[in-house]
Amino acid sequence: MTQLQYKGTGSATGRTGSRYWRSKSAYLGVIPFLIVSGLFLLYPTWNVASGAFQDNYGKFSTSVLKEVFNSKVARHAFANSLEISIKTALAGAILGGLFAWAIVNGKRDGLFYRFSVALSSVLAQFGGVMLTFAFLATFGFNGLVANIALKVAPNSFLAESSWLYGMLGLSILYTFFQIPLMVLVFLPTLENLKPQWREASDALGGKAWEYWLRIGIPILTPSFAGAALLLFVNSFSAYATAQTLINLSDFLTPLEIATALTSETGGSNPAEAKSLSFFMVVVVIIAMTFYALLRRRVSRWEQRR
Amino acid sequence: MKKPWGVRIWRWSIISVVGAYLMVPLYAMFDFSTKPFGFQDKGRTFRAWQIIPSQPDLMIAIGKSLVTAGIVMSLILFLIVPTAIWVHLKLPLLRRPFELLCLLPLAIPAIVIVVGIAPLYRWISIHLTESPITLSAVYSMLILPYTYRSLSAALDAVDIHTLAEAARTLGADTSRVIFGIIMPTIKTGIVNGSFIAIALVMGEFTISNILNYKTFQVVIAQIGRTNGNVAVAVSLASILFVLVLLLAIPTKKRQGKVLDVDLV
Repeated sequence: MTQLQYKGTGSATGRTGSRYWRSKSAYLGVIPFLIVSGLFLLYPTWNVASGAFQDNYGKFSTSVLKEVFNSKVARHAFANSLEISIKTALAGAILGGLFAWAIVNGKRDGLFYRFSVALSSVLAQFGGVMLTFAFLATFGFNGLVANIALKVAPNSFLAESSWLYGMLGLSILYTFFQIPLMVLVFLPTLENLKPQWREASDALGGKAWEYWLRIGIPILTPSFAGAALLLFVNSFSAYATAQTLINLSDFLTPLEIATALTSETGGSNPAEAKSLSFFMVVVVIIAMTFYALLRRRVSRWEQRR
Repeated sequence: MKKPWGVRIWRWSIISVVGAYLMVPLYAMFDFSTKPFGFQDKGRTFRAWQIIPSQPDLMIAIGKSLVTAGIVMSLILFLIVPTAIWVHLKLPLLRRPFELLCLLPLAIPAIVIVVGIAPLYRWISIHLTESPITLSAVYSMLILPYTYRSLSAALDAVDIHTLAEAARTLGADTSRVIFGIIMPTIKTGIVNGSFIAIALVMGEFTISNILNYKTFQVVIAQIGRTNGNVAVAVSLASILFVLVLLLAIPTKKRQGKVLDVDLV
């Protein structure tokens, strides 16, 4: 969280022709931005927030919201969404955290460091269509690993690719973009761990595991938890990967929202889409609030360059 | 100084396990895209790679997505950045609301934005144009948290008030102060923001797919249904392209900031 610094402003207004600097007309300068953000950000947000409390005819009602809340299908999708987000956030945080540690322990700015960081920033954005292709080419019918498995162990689950199109397959795809995101988020934290702490622990006769147990892990826990929350939000909001891999409308909440919005069989139901979106946003806001609180804690010791 | 054995063993086992996770699917894409298709080919073939340029839909989509990225970048440059500077300089009271507005897209997933914005784009496509280029407006909003973060870091690092005062004393007008004085000093932050803009536009699928616009990703998904080899080849090509791009512009400072995904 960027701390607001009013120091500069104060001195500026104190010294110069304050009338120019503080004139009311200065507010006119933000109007173009307000128009664009009003139309393309605030309007959709308001549309969803208010629409969740309306029926399809624009009347105030909580019936759709209640209907969605009590619907078995919606609950199932929501539970699936939560499950896959928690699982892949944890898997991604652990694997990505370890990988970040491995990167930090190498030569700083060496080839491996640069390559891993560049690769991570590419792959973290690599959700969706392309990710699905990559895993179909690996585990799908006639895929690389599937073909090898067919020769080596024809009875194993890897030999036939149906597992890919369910919770397990989707989790493995999601983890693929969670790991690099974790690397990007966690690397700065690990780089800011002060080597003096390790030296102090060693000098006092602490063993490696004692350092990690008593110093390393306690100090990293808030950042780690914060990063995991970010990953949680990342996969909770993800749509493209699931859509291109399985596209079962009731499997995950984002898929359900898309179907409610676009259903081509005349079943389009914007009020339902808005109510589902509302519940999603509630979860995301809760997660991001905890994230912001954790970041505040972390920034106490983690001074950024 | 050599690291102790324990650390090295741990390090290399982690690198090989996670590395395999990340690299095997990428290699599998290469493998898949060079598989023979049809009966006339044997062994490896690069036909799928060769016929990429002769896919008209794809080329059009790439072109339009690049134009969209260009517009998003100019929106950042001529709308978002000047507004951020303006708020920093003149409207301290608005700093907090502006920050919250910029961080709002973090709380609203793209799939939710699309629900709220669908009526607006329906109106636009009926009354104005059906071109996917109009998506640049909503993309520039999606990217706000990233832009804001790299901008505010850059603005905090420079004392823009002194700069602005000095420039004004020497007779510069307001637009000169913003575009000629302050923006050059926060160049790195702006470049970072623009770089993310390209990545976002080329990778965006959720909004364009649901609103039925044929952007790069949507077309790749379509090609994937009829011609898997080509779609996989295009995907791998674009990944490698971005990777090479990232490795080619390696100044440490720039990397550190682009990669700092830590947003709030």
